[in-house]
Amino acid sequence: MLRYVIKRIFYMIPTLFGLSLIAFMIIQLPPGDYVTSMIASMQDSGANVDPRQIERLREIYGFNDPIWVQYLKWIGGILFRGDFGYSFEWNRPVADLIWERMGSTLAISVASLLFVWAVALPIGIYSAVRRHSVGDYVFTFIGFIGLAVPNFILALTLMYLSYRYFGQSVGGLFSPEYVEAPWSWGKFVDLLNHLWIPIIVIGTSGTAALIRVLRANLTDELHKPYVITAKAKGLPEHRVVLKYPVRIALNPFVSAIGWVLPELVSGVTITAIVLNLPTAGPLLLRALISQDMYLAGSFILLMGVLTLIGMLVSDLLLALLDPRIRFT
Amino acid sequence: MTAHTFIDGAPETGPATTPLKPGTGPGDTAAAGQWRLIWYKFSRNRLALVSGWVILFFCFVGLFAEFLAPSVPDASRPQFTNAPPQQLGLFVTGPDGSSRFQLHVTGYAMQVDPASLRRTYVADPDQVVPVGLFVPGAPYRMWGLFDTNIHLLGPLSPGDTMYLLGTDRLGRDLLTRLVYGTRISMSIGLVGVCISLLLGVVLGAVSGFYGGVVDTVIQRIIEVISSMPTIPLWLGLAAAIPLSWSPLTVYFVITLIVSLFGWTGLAREVRGRFFALRGEDFVTAAKLDGSSERRVIFRHILPSLTSHILAVVTLALPTMIVAETALSFLGIGLKAPIVSWGVLLQEAQNVRTIANAPWQLVWPAGAVVLTVLAYNFLGDGLRDAADPYES
Amino acid sequence: MLAPAASATTTTAKDGDVVLSVENLSLDFRLRTEVLHAARDVSFKLRRGKTLCLVGESGSGKSVTARALMRIIDRNGAIAGGRIVLSGEKGDVDIAQLDERSRELLAIRGGRIGLIFQEPMSSLSPVHTIGSQIIEAVRLHTRMDKRRARERTVELLRQVEIPDPEQMVDRYTFEFSGGMRQRAMIAMALAADPEVLIADEPTTALDVTTQAEILDLIKRLQVSRGMAMLLITHDMGVVAEVADEVAVMHFGRIVEFGPVDAIFHDPRHAYTRRLLDSTVKLEQNRRAMTRPETASAPRIVLSARNLTKVYGAARSWFGGAGYAVKAVDDVSFDLHAGENLGIVGESGSGKTTLGRMLLRTVEPTSGTVTFFGDAGPLEVTGLSRRGLRGFHRQVRLVFQDPFASLNPRMTIRDIVGDPLVVTHGLGGKALDRRVSELLELVGLDPAMRERYPHAFSGGQRQRIGIARALALDPKIIIADEATAALDVSIRAQILDLLLDIQKRLGLSFIFISHDISVVRYFCDRVAVMHRGRLVELGPAEQICTAPQQAYTKSLISAVPNPDPRHKRMLHRTRFTS
Repeated sequence: MLRYVIKRIFYMIPTLFGLSLIAFMIIQLPPGDYVTSMIASMQDSGANVDPRQIERLREIYGFNDPIWVQYLKWIGGILFRGDFGYSFEWNRPVADLIWERMGSTLAISVASLLFVWAVALPIGIYSAVRRHSVGDYVFTFIGFIGLAVPNFILALTLMYLSYRYFGQSVGGLFSPEYVEAPWSWGKFVDLLNHLWIPIIVIGTSGTAALIRVLRANLTDELHKPYVITAKAKGLPEHRVVLKYPVRIALNPFVSAIGWVLPELVSGVTITAIVLNLPTAGPLLLRALISQDMYLAGSFILLMGVLTLIGMLVSDLLLALLDPRIRFT
Repeated sequence: MTAHTFIDGAPETGPATTPLKPGTGPGDTAAAGQWRLIWYKFSRNRLALVSGWVILFFCFVGLFAEFLAPSVPDASRPQFTNAPPQQLGLFVTGPDGSSRFQLHVTGYAMQVDPASLRRTYVADPDQVVPVGLFVPGAPYRMWGLFDTNIHLLGPLSPGDTMYLLGTDRLGRDLLTRLVYGTRISMSIGLVGVCISLLLGVVLGAVSGFYGGVVDTVIQRIIEVISSMPTIPLWLGLAAAIPLSWSPLTVYFVITLIVSLFGWTGLAREVRGRFFALRGEDFVTAAKLDGSSERRVIFRHILPSLTSHILAVVTLALPTMIVAETALSFLGIGLKAPIVSWGVLLQEAQNVRTIANAPWQLVWPAGAVVLTVLAYNFLGDGLRDAADPYES
Repeated sequence: MLAPAASATTTTAKDGDVVLSVENLSLDFRLRTEVLHAARDVSFKLRRGKTLCLVGESGSGKSVTARALMRIIDRNGAIAGGRIVLSGEKGDVDIAQLDERSRELLAIRGGRIGLIFQEPMSSLSPVHTIGSQIIEAVRLHTRMDKRRARERTVELLRQVEIPDPEQMVDRYTFEFSGGMRQRAMIAMALAADPEVLIADEPTTALDVTTQAEILDLIKRLQVSRGMAMLLITHDMGVVAEVADEVAVMHFGRIVEFGPVDAIFHDPRHAYTRRLLDSTVKLEQNRRAMTRPETASAPRIVLSARNLTKVYGAARSWFGGAGYAVKAVDDVSFDLHAGENLGIVGESGSGKTTLGRMLLRTVEPTSGTVTFFGDAGPLEVTGLSRRGLRGFHRQVRLVFQDPFASLNPRMTIRDIVGDPLVVTHGLGGKALDRRVSELLELVGLDPAMRERYPHAFSGGQRQRIGIARALALDPKIIIADEATAALDVSIRAQILDLLLDIQKRLGLSFIFISHDISVVRYFCDRVAVMHRGRLVELGPAEQICTAPQQAYTKSLISAVPNPDPRHKRMLHRTRFTS
């Protein structure tokens, strides 16, 4: 088992490398650099710009180095010093800005994942065992709606409904009176009140997809011979289903984290922009629009790393679940 | 000692069955080729069939947008900003109580809100605005080829308003903009999917057929690309588009961006099928018959893939549409004067707008949701029917 | 060692008492457009200590009947009538009337009726240990705690002759071989000392020697525990060796029922006779009758020397132990003109790999293959791609699986004509003519060439495969388990067809099979393979009746003999390597 873990981690390294390349490439894409947009905004406000000062700025920020040197400097800084660079727009080191935001992104992603699992598992099992029943059709229909409605539209709709019918102050993670207040039970309840919209919005399409995966796989497994063996032993039906085919159908369910997690992180990003949550999304958008290179690149890199780690965890869970993987 | 018993009579020739519906039994599919069988299997799925029709309808609307729309997308009437939708009616009751057939919409009556002194328009059932089919209206250029001004549906007298879905904040007809937006939103998907198709099929086939090192390298690339969350990537790439480029160029670049990350699913599917088929007996038989590798791929393996590719492509289209909608909604995708569903949604971004003028959210969102649903059902139906030989 | 641990059977029950009585059982299945009457008025009795064999071909309804006895029926099926009466100390119970979720039914399943069936690979859960699955069965029907249940499980594994049971209890299913998995299934079925054992094709997926072991074991356990057994099979040889009574099933009805001797030596129903004929027919050597008399010594057409194939000798990445499997180990033989050479062996013997090496679809690790055609000797192992194509025109392959070997998306004309198109560039009318000729040669109507494979039965598809093999006028045909996937009654037809074609076209055959009787029917000489080595090579009659080598003796003696008066299998010789 240990060997399997080491092997997986080892295989992750080239992927991490590729990821960092993509993140860096995206940052470099826009023509010009931060200095250019800084100059543009300075010119807009009527200030005078001295060409020599511009050159010096470029030297200081390292914008004149060849591309691969810039990349190495950036990656080296991250790996060896935890230095993610400097945000020109906010005038602070990037590291200060991102950890808090990434933390809440991680928290919401994980919460959504748990929500997705908790909802998809029982519904998926029910749908497979009672195929073509009324309940099955209802859930399938809701599932399709969940799949089809894009995140942000769902966010807008729920926001509107919550505003209209529940009179809640929408947007953000806390109501205005709780934002600066210290932690208390009231603050926690307020947090939950605001959290349910994002989690439902983010989790819906993942839930729908997982229900379909589980339903399809479980249906296949239910017709396999070992289920008949279990019945022939005299096991009651619910134990037959739960102990054997569900256990095996869990495999694709768990490995589905591999593609659900990137979707969830994506979802967090765009939902956060619509609902104005203090996560990575809105800050990333701003950074991209103003070409704040280090901030944007670090966000994209960290989001990729987050999903990769998630996929590693999913693979390890799978190995724990299925002895066949450990042994071959 | 047990008795030795037996049944009289000749042995039966087939299993005993009782038909449920009279006159049904296995049809004559002996001479039916692959596509005929796929059609039989597909057409049993009612939902997929209906979805197919829906998609065709949307394509039709997109194709004849200029003619079908009541007006042109930039025609704005400042007096009618945020006006509610007008109800379409078929019969008019005259003052004497009789009703006659007259296509019409209910007109507007102006209301002034005493507190904010804002003018709003509300529907007034007494006002009748006659409308008709094939009426002359705002001039336009059909497909950029010839000039005309006939619209399918429009007000009979040119000064009247006919806002079946209401107007936006600049007083432009939402229905017209929705119809024009259909053309852009539906076609973005098609262009993007062609690129994805090319990349996905070629790389997947190479990976699956040759295996070994080539396969490992391509698999790593696919893994890197598919493990990145898409939205941050799209944001990154879209934000990199210079503002100075023309809307049309932006359109093409957006499709390119979206398809660059969408081909991985297709590549995986193609690779998987290639692997599965490589070991099949009939492929070995073809090689032993003397077929070259090229012939084996094109004559024997590829025909088995086509239906699966079709299914995967159909399921990938909604991703493209949602991607464009999301990017335009955030303001970094398509922008005015191009009209797409995403651009329409962008103008309905905040809660206040939605609270006052919900039709600006409902109709474009409805169009997106309906299209995505239809594509999903259609794609599911195709995927289920893709292998008609699985029993 | 063979006595049951707890005495669940009463002392007043005698051998021959009726334990389970099935009366006029009917089963219906709702399909899309029709209702299938899978079982119609089926009646039989199971007696203590006796074995009833339910015999029939695929589609006869025997499996669904057996499962219905435990009320295990697919969702779209239902019992349409009849009774299933289980007798015991506490009186009679009609299983057909019990509610599906009732405790009684669950107690009967596994507790009073045990079930084992084929596919030991997929009949046990792949993610649970063998021990946990058997312990579960034990604890369901007895009140044992975990420790005692585990002891009982180990004892059961010992009874089914699994070596080292203390260790094997904690192993997973995929760590067991096919025969051992079947033994584990038997242990699980017997865990609660049932009165009735239902065995649904328990040995169909096993080798001949393993089959003999398992049947032997089941018989001994049945006798010692006094169980009634229902054995379902399509193999008449197994029936003759094991059964006391036989019920023949055909399309859902029992067409004949009686003691085993009467069924085999006095069959009354036409279907029973047909079944017996096809089986008994394969007990002769038909080939001896069709072989042409040649005065001169036949020349050699194909020669294999020292063929060896080794798989996977590399050491893996992280220092895992490297392993090498010798699939074929130093095999040499000659094929003469006009001869049928059989290569027989069990799974893992290397016979299929050998066949692939002759064609070089699998590359030999070492050794040579020489083809003596019209143009002189040809060193096949050294040929280039182009040369190999020429070789493949002369030596052709018939595949095992009639469903997978034809491209479902091409018409018969395209499939049979493909080699002609590729090699000779034939097209249009010329192609049509040649394809029609070939189809007639294999006994098919040429008018059907525009149809697709799914319109044909298994036997017909195999004929199409043979037509494709003949398309290029080959000299040698390699048939790789060409009859294994066909029903017994079709097998003889295909073999007769091949013999007929051979007479007309003067071909030579290499016939690879695991089925001894088929090989005896068809071949002149037989080569026996075991674990990659060629153990014995000689005339078919001699190998099949008086073999010399120890392994061959054990193999031949394990083949069940379809004559209850001369049982062979239970008196077989055993081979230990």
